[in-house]
Amino acid sequence: MLFALLARLGQMVLVMFGISVVAFLIFFATPGADPSARIAGRNASQETLQQVRHDFGLDRPLPVQYALMMKRLFVTRDLTSFVNRGQKVIPTVMNAIPITLSLVCGAAVLWVLGGLVVGVVAGATRGSYVDRGLMMLGLAGISMPVFWLGEVANLVTQSRWHDTWAFSWVPALGYVPLSVDPWGWFKALVIPWTVLATLYVGLYGRVLRASLIEMMQEDFIRTARAKGIGETRVLLHHGLRTSLVAFVTMFGLDFGALVGGGALLTEVVFGLQGVGKLTYDALQTLDLPMILATVIYASFFVVMANFVVDILHAILDPRARDAR
Amino acid sequence: MTDTTPPLPEKARAAEGPWATAWRRLKRDRAALAALAVLLVILAACLAAPLYATYVSGTNPFATNLNGTITVDGKSRDVLEASTEGLGLGLTPIGPTWQLGPYMLGADNQGRDVAARLLYGGRNSLFIAGAAAVLCLVVATFVGVVAGFFGGLVDTVLSRILDVLWAFPIFLLAISLSIVLISQPLLIGPFEIRSGSLALPIVIIGVVYIPYVARPIRNHVITLMKSEFVTAAVGLGASPWRILWVDILPNVVTRIIVFVPLMLALNMIIESALSFLSIGVQPPDASWGTIIQDGQGLLYSRPAVALAPGIAIAVTVLALNIFGDGVRDALDPKSTVRIG
Amino acid sequence: MPAEPLLEVSGLTVSFRTEDGLVEAVRGISFAIAPGEIMGLVGESGSGKSQTLLALMGLITSPNAVLSGSVRFRGQELVGLGRRALDRIRGRDMAMIFQDPMTALTPVHTVGAQIVEQIRAHERISPRAARARAVELISAVGIPAPADVAGRYPHQLSGGMRQRAVIAMALSCNPALLIADEPTTALDVTVQAQILELIGRLRDEFGSAVILVTHDLGVVAEIADTVRVMYAGKVVEEGSKRDLFTAPQHPYAWGLFASIPPLEGARPARLSAIPGTPPRLSALPAGCAFRPRCAHAHAACAAMPALTGEGGHRAACVLSPARRAELLAAGEARS
Repeated sequence: MLFALLARLGQMVLVMFGISVVAFLIFFATPGADPSARIAGRNASQETLQQVRHDFGLDRPLPVQYALMMKRLFVTRDLTSFVNRGQKVIPTVMNAIPITLSLVCGAAVLWVLGGLVVGVVAGATRGSYVDRGLMMLGLAGISMPVFWLGEVANLVTQSRWHDTWAFSWVPALGYVPLSVDPWGWFKALVIPWTVLATLYVGLYGRVLRASLIEMMQEDFIRTARAKGIGETRVLLHHGLRTSLVAFVTMFGLDFGALVGGGALLTEVVFGLQGVGKLTYDALQTLDLPMILATVIYASFFVVMANFVVDILHAILDPRARDAR
Repeated sequence: MTDTTPPLPEKARAAEGPWATAWRRLKRDRAALAALAVLLVILAACLAAPLYATYVSGTNPFATNLNGTITVDGKSRDVLEASTEGLGLGLTPIGPTWQLGPYMLGADNQGRDVAARLLYGGRNSLFIAGAAAVLCLVVATFVGVVAGFFGGLVDTVLSRILDVLWAFPIFLLAISLSIVLISQPLLIGPFEIRSGSLALPIVIIGVVYIPYVARPIRNHVITLMKSEFVTAAVGLGASPWRILWVDILPNVVTRIIVFVPLMLALNMIIESALSFLSIGVQPPDASWGTIIQDGQGLLYSRPAVALAPGIAIAVTVLALNIFGDGVRDALDPKSTVRIG
Repeated sequence: MPAEPLLEVSGLTVSFRTEDGLVEAVRGISFAIAPGEIMGLVGESGSGKSQTLLALMGLITSPNAVLSGSVRFRGQELVGLGRRALDRIRGRDMAMIFQDPMTALTPVHTVGAQIVEQIRAHERISPRAARARAVELISAVGIPAPADVAGRYPHQLSGGMRQRAVIAMALSCNPALLIADEPTTALDVTVQAQILELIGRLRDEFGSAVILVTHDLGVVAEIADTVRVMYAGKVVEEGSKRDLFTAPQHPYAWGLFASIPPLEGARPARLSAIPGTPPRLSALPAGCAFRPRCAHAHAACAAMPALTGEGGHRAACVLSPARRAELLAAGEARS
């Protein structure tokens, strides 16, 4: 078990290495381009270009460039932006993390609860109007671009109906730290949470329903019914419990992907200065060091999430525990 | 969608091939057929964009029109009117006239006809989604089948590459690729992809989903390779190529077809997101994503600009998803497809 | 047979709505079981054996299924009984063992927890006491190191061990009726014998009645008291084990019992097989369903004969007892 864990950790480090190489190659080794011009930002002076070339060791071989870059990202953490002169990239990213986590965690609570309710209710009432209605709603949720839904939410709560009793409590766009004002934090985030969760409630509800229906055809469900335990217990303790394996795996991957940049669009629309918004702003100014840092940070988060998912998977599914 | 009795068990039809079965099932699925009809209408409307621009709106949807005037209900109005909201400063584009004619859905802040741009944008959105799906499926099928069929070292190498791409968050991979490609043209042999070209989003979207399609195909091929009919074929002395063509590919094809509508739906969403982030379709070209971005600044004063393309995306993607569900149920009811 | 049967089935019909119309899997069967009786139910696949068992347990959940007839357990009608009332009976008074031990247990719970769940569904008992009972039961079905096995997951046990665990679970509330659907089919021959012995012991120790479905006549010969032969959803012959093995009456039973090679005496040149295949349930011939495969069919078979016979040995065949005796003597039945 311990050995398996270490092996998995080693694998994780390898994947992280792979990702950092890919990201590095994309930015520094695309054929026919001068990376220094890109790093320095638009309309950079000759001096800046010279400085960039020197700083990043661009006149040296690629492996050295890569090592230098990694050193500045992880060891000295002094990678600086050239667009916003002197801005240290790593601390900026670190400051943005709590905002992204606040957004994603809150949304995750909503979508897990919502997905469970939708999936179980639809699965239990398979074929009924309730089931069809929920599945249609779920599909509608999946079909809307999240940034557009966010804009619609803003239109309603910030402008059109902001002065009515329903939405007068909604604060202006932006983030309020949890440690400063918990209630304000909640009010500022509840609309973004809902918007971000809408897509995933539909997705998770549909996946859970399908998995539940498949599980409820299994032989062990018949055994459970023959035991004379109530149908609710059969559904939850045997059907749902077995379906949860896939559900949790999916959750881990999505959670990781969201923290690692997938929430970018929601952050942009709601003006939350999270990691995604940093990436977005960096995109607008072509601030390459910042983009590189956020991309690598985000990928690492995804890889770590995968690792946690594997462990959770082993806890939930005894078969997976013995498989390795 | 009216009866609630569960579907009856299928009649066994011995002489019927799998395609005929699938087609018969699909024909019975009213929701899927309705969705297909909606998709065809949307496609036809988008293809008719030049006709709309010429004969209905009568304006050039790609040229700014800051000083134009039009006649609505017998009154002459500026396309960019003095703002009536806030401090009364600046100009606000004309709102929807709700009449078949110029500026039916209003103008954006460069005075361009939103309705006409919506149709042109739809063309681009649909074209990009389709072309990216083709690109992705072709490459992913090739990679997946090669990895699964040959196994061994080939499989190991390809799978590890896919693993790394898989771990890369889709948006970030897309952003990384586009930021590099936008700043200078990409040369692939004789092909040059310029930053303004539609090929750019196509390549980006096509590439990022490759691992999501290649992996299940690889796993499917491996399962097939272990199946009894392949073992039997090997035992009978069939050549590897024959096994590939006769036993593997036809089985993989159904899986791929199930992927198509769902991939199109995903591609529509990600295309709109990239264009919204201004790293997809480049101005003055339009796509539904860029129009939403155009409308972002006008959200509170002229919400139609952002709402219309969003509704267009939602309806198209919803129809694709419903149709995709129907195709899956008809072709391969047991498969579970989830990408993205 | 005692006056008060434990289970009385009359006119039980199970049908399914399909595109071809209503298809009957079980076509009006009736039988009764006394306490402590072991009944063997034999027949080919698709003869309706398993559907009969599932109907008894109220486990036919398909929304396209239609059930009619009557199943009385200790005088209480089970057909149409509400879920709550049904759950008070099944698992406690009636329990079922399923065919495939590999898939019969929920993979994510330990064997012990699954047994405890059943005990606690029917008895007010502390978790600790239920756990102790579960370990006892696991031990009773002949599993070594029961406390250890109780903490294991199904996939960690062999097929035989799992089937024993399923049996331990079925026995957990000392059911008056045990229903076993081919409990040994998926197991090794040596394990089969042990499982059968276990079922026999259950009857001896607790006086439980057992319905044992199988298509293995060796199993029937080993432990059954009475035998019922099903064909195309109907009981075509019933009687004691001795009756069926020494003097089968129905031509289908002739074929069935003749397909066992005799242990003594001359070996027949070739084992007999019943010609043809079982009919599709959606296209049953009118009258006796065995008619198309029967060597002795004649015009009278166009109407379905009732079960007739003496002393509890009854068959659904129009051949007269005299004619049957003639055919048997001539060796026709062993051809």
